[in-house]
Amino acid sequence: MTPTLWIIFAGAIATYCTRVGGYALISRFDLHPRAAAALNAVPAAVLTTLVAPSFLNAGWPETAALLTSAIVSLRAGMLSTFFAGAAVLLLLRNFAG
Amino acid sequence: MSGSDPHDGSATRRDLLEGAKLAIPVVISVAPFGLLFGALAVGKGLTVFETALMSAAIYGGASQMVGIELFGDRIAPWLIVLSIFAVNFRHLLYSAAVGKHFAQWPRAQQAISYFLLTDPTFAETERAAERGMRTSFAWYMGMSVPLYFTWLATTVLGAMFGRLITNPQAFGFDFLLPLYFLGLLMSFRKRALWLPVVIASALASILAYKFVGSPWHVSLGAIAGVALAAVIGPTERNGDARP
Repeated sequence: MTPTLWIIFAGAIATYCTRVGGYALISRFDLHPRAAAALNAVPAAVLTTLVAPSFLNAGWPETAALLTSAIVSLRAGMLSTFFAGAAVLLLLRNFAG
Repeated sequence: MSGSDPHDGSATRRDLLEGAKLAIPVVISVAPFGLLFGALAVGKGLTVFETALMSAAIYGGASQMVGIELFGDRIAPWLIVLSIFAVNFRHLLYSAAVGKHFAQWPRAQQAISYFLLTDPTFAETERAAERGMRTSFAWYMGMSVPLYFTWLATTVLGAMFGRLITNPQAFGFDFLLPLYFLGLLMSFRKRALWLPVVIASALASILAYKFVGSPWHVSLGAIAGVALAAVIGPTERNGDARP
């Protein structure tokens, strides 16, 4: 087996451990209320890190798209939110550059 | 599926379709990254087969990007594996948070579901559970399987034809994923401590992005928000969020 294949398989096993390991670890203990509060914050924390740096690199079409999605999300579901932001981005990038 | 009742077929089908509907924006957003990864991996000297195997077996975009970055540089194999592990470390948090929704499924279904646990499937499961929607195995597969095969197929296409893509920016491909994640993030805004967590994670991830670099800003930013929630501790609304 080549080193590349070895790395891919070991990387896959390591990744699967992270995917299966969290629950395997915490299900052995009674969850402290602080730990429960921390877990409750996981979606907001991680999703923020996936979005925040894109504000740094955003020009005005990107900023307008992000703001559009944020505003639409207050009233509408995920699909409308996504497509509204994407439409603004496409329009501004292609016709207002 | 878990069809214990023969009349369950239509419910299973409905769950599958419900899940598949949620996958639509993710599939659109992820496809360009699959193409890009495929093209970059072949550029780094991987064969098309190795590139496809990486997407099929690791199935984690950011960690795969880091992996191929290191492949060319005479770095010890165990260090590359450790880097892949470090980038995927956030899945430990996902699995800890989401596991209780998988716990009543048969073992084999849980094993498959954890393999398919990604940023979007984790967040959609938490969101659905928060709204009291049914998060069945069929629903989860309806969302996750299209995503898995999109990642795999676009990786292969990118590996074979990646050099043909000239101006991905015009289509907005590079920016669809942040838009999708922003929509998801906003949908959690009623949760306890949402605003303080968002502020802490935003500041920490931006600082880490500037001074440490991508993709480490994800883990570091996430730790900041989660740690803040642990320090503030349980609030009254926490109880509502996890009945």
